[in-house]
Amino acid sequence: MSGSGPMNVFDIAGRAMSAQLVRLNATASNMANAGNVTGSEAEAYRAIKPVFQSVTDKPGVSTVKVANVLTTDAKPTKRHDPNHPLADKNGDVWEAAVDSSAELVDMIETARMYQNNVQVLNTAKSLMLETIRIGK
Amino acid sequence: MSLEDGLFGIHGKALALRSQRLSLLASNIANASTPGYKARDIDFESALKEATTRQQGSSIADVGKAVDDSMGYRVPLQPSLDGNTVELSTEQTLFAENAVKYRTTLSFLEGRINTITRALKGE
Repeated sequence: MSGSGPMNVFDIAGRAMSAQLVRLNATASNMANAGNVTGSEAEAYRAIKPVFQSVTDKPGVSTVKVANVLTTDAKPTKRHDPNHPLADKNGDVWEAAVDSSAELVDMIETARMYQNNVQVLNTAKSLMLETIRIGK
Repeated sequence: MSLEDGLFGIHGKALALRSQRLSLLASNIANASTPGYKARDIDFESALKEATTRQQGSSIADVGKAVDDSMGYRVPLQPSLDGNTVELSTEQTLFAENAVKYRTTLSFLEGRINTITRALKGE
């Protein structure tokens, strides 16, 4: 919350935008690492996901925050590729545990949510400006 | 009856309620992807009735009480698996409607203020 006053519509939409941005960053990291190949299962990249949690100021007035960013327990894909320079003694390599299509769907949803919050912010801003001009 | 009520009639309270509802709907939209979040809204008609009939105490406290008393949970058209009851189409429509009605109330207030200003100036 900005300051110690009650939560206003700018706090609500602004913080929700920050949360969605964290989610977009997580998606970008996952997409960047999709198809990454490593020589052992432990080293392989696993997709990360933010966990959203609502922050309530008073009943009905709440915004959202990222409680934590989890590393999913999806299993990296084992691929037999003896010619790969990173292959282990069995000739196996591990591909990053990232579901690209799911990440892309998530990205679109994140972008939509971000846009919605921008729209809320714009509407609230113009209403406030009209209110302060009242009687002039 | 306070001076403010005499000047603005129902519109002063209505504007305060519209502003509160704006925050509620903004909260619902902000939490559209929070698992388990339950969307809330107020029954505007009953809130306005309560805010205008109750006259003791300050006006802000009255509006806050009226909002609390007439608040309820939204019944989703199609419940989702993660327990979130925000439906963006519903929330965005109501948000837009509320914004338009806020502007309407604002122009009513503007009219009242203009009337009184003109009367005071004696033009």
